[in-house]
Amino acid sequence: MYAQLVETGAKRLKTKEEMSPEERDFQEKVDAETKIEPKNWMPEGYRKTLIRQISQHAHSEVVGMLPEGNWVTRAPTLKRKLQLMAKIQDEAGHGLYLYSAMETLGADRDEEIEKLHQGKAKYSSIFNYPTLNWADMGAVGWLVDGAAIVNQVVLQRTSYGPYSRAMIRICKEESFHQRQGYQILLDMMREGTEEQKAMVQDAINRLWWPALMMFGPHDDESPNSQQSMAWKIKRKSNDELRQMFIDQTVPQLEFLGCTAPDPDLKWNEETGHYDFGEINWQEFYDVLKGNGPCNRERIKTRKNAIDEGAWVREAAVAYAEKQKQRAQAA
Amino acid sequence: MTQTEALKEYLLRLADSDMILGQRLCELCGKAPALEEEMALMNVALDLVGQARNWYEYAAELIDDGRDADKLAFRRDAHEYRNLLMTEQPNEDYAVTMGRQFFFDVYHYFTLKSLTESSDERIAGIAAKALKEVTYHLRRSSEWVKRFGDGTEESHRRMQDAVDILWRFTGELITPDDTDRVMAEAGIGPDTDQLAKDWRGMVNEVLTQATLTPGAEDAWMYMGGKHGEHTEHLGFILAEMQFLQRAYPDATTW
Repeated sequence: MYAQLVETGAKRLKTKEEMSPEERDFQEKVDAETKIEPKNWMPEGYRKTLIRQISQHAHSEVVGMLPEGNWVTRAPTLKRKLQLMAKIQDEAGHGLYLYSAMETLGADRDEEIEKLHQGKAKYSSIFNYPTLNWADMGAVGWLVDGAAIVNQVVLQRTSYGPYSRAMIRICKEESFHQRQGYQILLDMMREGTEEQKAMVQDAINRLWWPALMMFGPHDDESPNSQQSMAWKIKRKSNDELRQMFIDQTVPQLEFLGCTAPDPDLKWNEETGHYDFGEINWQEFYDVLKGNGPCNRERIKTRKNAIDEGAWVREAAVAYAEKQKQRAQAA
Repeated sequence: MTQTEALKEYLLRLADSDMILGQRLCELCGKAPALEEEMALMNVALDLVGQARNWYEYAAELIDDGRDADKLAFRRDAHEYRNLLMTEQPNEDYAVTMGRQFFFDVYHYFTLKSLTESSDERIAGIAAKALKEVTYHLRRSSEWVKRFGDGTEESHRRMQDAVDILWRFTGELITPDDTDRVMAEAGIGPDTDQLAKDWRGMVNEVLTQATLTPGAEDAWMYMGGKHGEHTEHLGFILAEMQFLQRAYPDATTW
């Protein structure tokens, strides 16, 4: 889940009677699972919410390159290095693809990126955690991409056409990343030294809870969820998605021979789901407010890249302009 | 020097230059001037490290002392590395990054083009695949050199500075030594005179179009990478790149 706590601007849902004819027509289309396309009429709140959600998602792809970039120069083998590089390249591609989907809503990529750099736009809280050992590259692929997929598989059916199509494409690549991530951990657990196994457990200990936080707050504390669900921008609640993730991940965790840092994690025969402990929500909100371990570094790195690259982009524009003039003169 | 010795040496040069330049590009992850460049840089880096792996695998078979491609990449020290000095130079600003890429790409393109006709079939095969990738690298870096040279006042100044900084490492790209000559005579490696001529021709053409001034042909050239005598940068590159393999020497799988 790369977008958390997306503002919808709605305090409560409008009833059909309160809606304008246009709004009613729109809602009926959404209810009938007809995709909304860029040229269709849409409520302003829907458009703004989508811009926020897609831009958060795009920012997450781009900021998400940094914790991996932290290890791409230190990957242990040629194979792992190439895999990680390919994953990072995919993420840059996802970012581009999502910004394009966002621009179909009339938003401007540069403006949205500027909001990110000013601290006004969010990205997934998970990328504010440091990657401290090589096994983090496995754990990020397995847990972080895994959590993202749970959300994005559902978002393939989201009501906005361009976003839905972006999700279909992105999901394919992320499933691949997730399997690769898991394989990194599995290889180390099966054939690694004691030190390598300890690395794997350490990575899981640090990333487990932050991965669960990726799904956002409990639904009863998320006023925006209802509106997003009605618009079918969101298709399942935060808690439902989190439970799906836990249920699919715990058997994989056991297969690895590792443990989760949660004493309350256990199978519940009655519900047919895993029970798990309470998330440290204070930490979650702290990280969202900018007080995670790496918030400052992540934004600083991104801002520097774009600021220091200004002359590069200006040169490209100036050169293109000259070429155009030459072509006209010829 | 026997032909086999020269061949091992030559393969390591090809592999190491690809590897080290790929590593330099990895350092830029998340720091490129635009998202499109983020993609392109990682794409080029991916090609280079992929090519390095192919060369290392062939080299490991010929060296045949139990070391595989990973051992060659991650367990040799700086004096055993055979990359061109150009490839280990720091990223600095984007003009230096692109200038380094351009000078190397021109050398790389003509070298691979010739290697596709190598008498060594394995080399010809690897080169044919790599040439497709490097044709794109060269087109891209040439375009950026022209954009910078003929872009804004600032970009022109930065690009000219980059050419001036990097010029002293260009000699090594086109100055043959015994290994290069043995490879050329065996029909395995490129004709060294032709390579130098092609390199100069294309570099002059692009720099002229970019309104930039090349360095002097008789300028002093810094060489030695092909023999394991490097600039101070390589030790740090390897310290980072080889960290895990060095810190956990008992690990046999990653």
